[in-house]
Amino acid sequence: MLGEGIIKGMAETAKNFFGSYTSAHRLTTVQYPEERIPPKQNARNFPFLVFDNDEPESGLRCVACKICEKECPPQCIYIVMERDEKGKPKKHPKVFDIDISVCMSCQICVEVCPFEAIKMDTEFELSDADRYERLLLTKDRLSKPNTYYHKIHSVEASEVDFRLAEEKAKAEEKARAKAAASSKSTVPAQPAAA
Amino acid sequence: MSAVLDHPANQPSGGIISPERDGKYTVLAKTNSNGEVDGDLLEVSMGPHHPSTHGVFRMDVVLDGERIVKLKPVCGYLHRNHEKIAENVTYLGSIPYTDRLDYMCSMTNNWAYALSVEMLAGLCAPERAQYIRVITAEFTRLINHVCLVGFLAQDMGALGTPLMYAFREREKILDLFEALSGSRMMCNYMRFGGCRVDLSSGWIEEANHIVDRFPAFLDEYENLLTGNEILIARTQGVGVLKPDLAISASVTGPMLRACGVNYDIRKVDNYGIYDRFEFKIPLGSHGDVYDRYMVRLLEMRESLKILKCALRDIPEGPIMDPNAKIRNFKPKPGEAYGRIEGPKGELGFYLISDGGPNPYRYRVRPPSLINLTILEDMCLGQTVADSVAILGSVDIVLGEVDR
Repeated sequence: MLGEGIIKGMAETAKNFFGSYTSAHRLTTVQYPEERIPPKQNARNFPFLVFDNDEPESGLRCVACKICEKECPPQCIYIVMERDEKGKPKKHPKVFDIDISVCMSCQICVEVCPFEAIKMDTEFELSDADRYERLLLTKDRLSKPNTYYHKIHSVEASEVDFRLAEEKAKAEEKARAKAAASSKSTVPAQPAAA
Repeated sequence: MSAVLDHPANQPSGGIISPERDGKYTVLAKTNSNGEVDGDLLEVSMGPHHPSTHGVFRMDVVLDGERIVKLKPVCGYLHRNHEKIAENVTYLGSIPYTDRLDYMCSMTNNWAYALSVEMLAGLCAPERAQYIRVITAEFTRLINHVCLVGFLAQDMGALGTPLMYAFREREKILDLFEALSGSRMMCNYMRFGGCRVDLSSGWIEEANHIVDRFPAFLDEYENLLTGNEILIARTQGVGVLKPDLAISASVTGPMLRACGVNYDIRKVDNYGIYDRFEFKIPLGSHGDVYDRYMVRLLEMRESLKILKCALRDIPEGPIMDPNAKIRNFKPKPGEAYGRIEGPKGELGFYLISDGGPNPYRYRVRPPSLINLTILEDMCLGQTVADSVAILGSVDIVLGEVDR
């Protein structure tokens, strides 16, 4: 019969329309911003810098090695290393800027960072009327505490903390062994001097 | 080769030729020595900002009444210098750019690129990673085909409903991708020698849930569209593509299979672990818009079969080749061409390495662009309204056409 297919299709639409009052899987609209979907565990948006122990300046994990600056595909990271009066580099960034109007949220900076210093944020409501100043995130706006990292990516953050603690323990062990070795080497030297 | 020469459009007849349904060609209008059309013809520029052109694409059509006598596709409005950028960033740095080629199917783009770099560097993804790749690629095929059918219906005037249904299902798969990779569309997930992160707990259950529910949606979708008399009238016998022309124009993917040519790289090349799954290759017989539509619907059902097996059989284990490096990745000098069956056709990446951290030459074989080259042959003699349906059935994404 001519028109049968159309009627069948209409029946399908009607089923969906009335079904949306009864079954949840047909009613998919989320009334943003009143309603929000909680972000996924792996969700990523723009990078931020992690600092430890509530010290935004000295607690920064970043050592300004500039690997992320080099690897960033759209080149949106700008780093200047801090130097003391003699010009000797300190392991600390003096300037760390990310232009989030250029950033493409690829998280390659996170992958290449050897110090777990840069991680991905989940915040997405960043629109601003000022496209130059406000979208260029400077160090003070990028720095966020480790507790915040735990809040947004709990599983990943615990893994990172575990790994860092392991590395630290290993480094301490090494330092202790080195100290012990050096003290041992000085012990036989003493009677010889005496 | 002979098929190309035999094609009447290549004969020096001085006329514009239209293919008929029975394979004969008729001359519709005469051109003068400069190639300009005579008579009361109207030249119309469709696009670049036209809702039916799927992005910024322009068709210069010459019309005789409502019939198309000449069509010139104009692309390049979305050119972003992808290949040259890729030659200037590290191998790793181009993966997020490949996401943005065909932004509907970033997972398959990632895979094709990762595959060619793996061939170049001699890496091999472990078992679990291979399964994850197949799963994500087949989900991508579902996304692409379901949206394409929605867009095709929208091009033909079914405003909203089919496309919104398609998007409703796509959303669920995008949520899966977000849980996996962190991003819904720009996944940036595959790496050379494996995948970036492992599946989170509960991911496979969620994926199984979607795979179980999908056939019901496909039935609903087919009820809505397949038998619809308007859709049949608008698509059957429209935009017929002959198999010999399709082959000589190196058309691939569902476009080629709708002409009845059995060519699927998943079967032909056996890349990844596709030889372990049982699935059929749906083939069309007429090569018209309707066949292309049906081939895609059937392909989705075959993809679901693969997904079911893959989600059942996925083993535990590592997801990265232990020899793979993230920093200081420098493959030895050489060249490689990795290709996969993307949802749109053969997607290949050709790379030449000179031993440095970035490729010496980087070339994409974009299925969208190559399938688009025969647009004129399909459109000649059809009406303007049909050309929109034909363009919709080619399945282009301008990010990939223009690169």
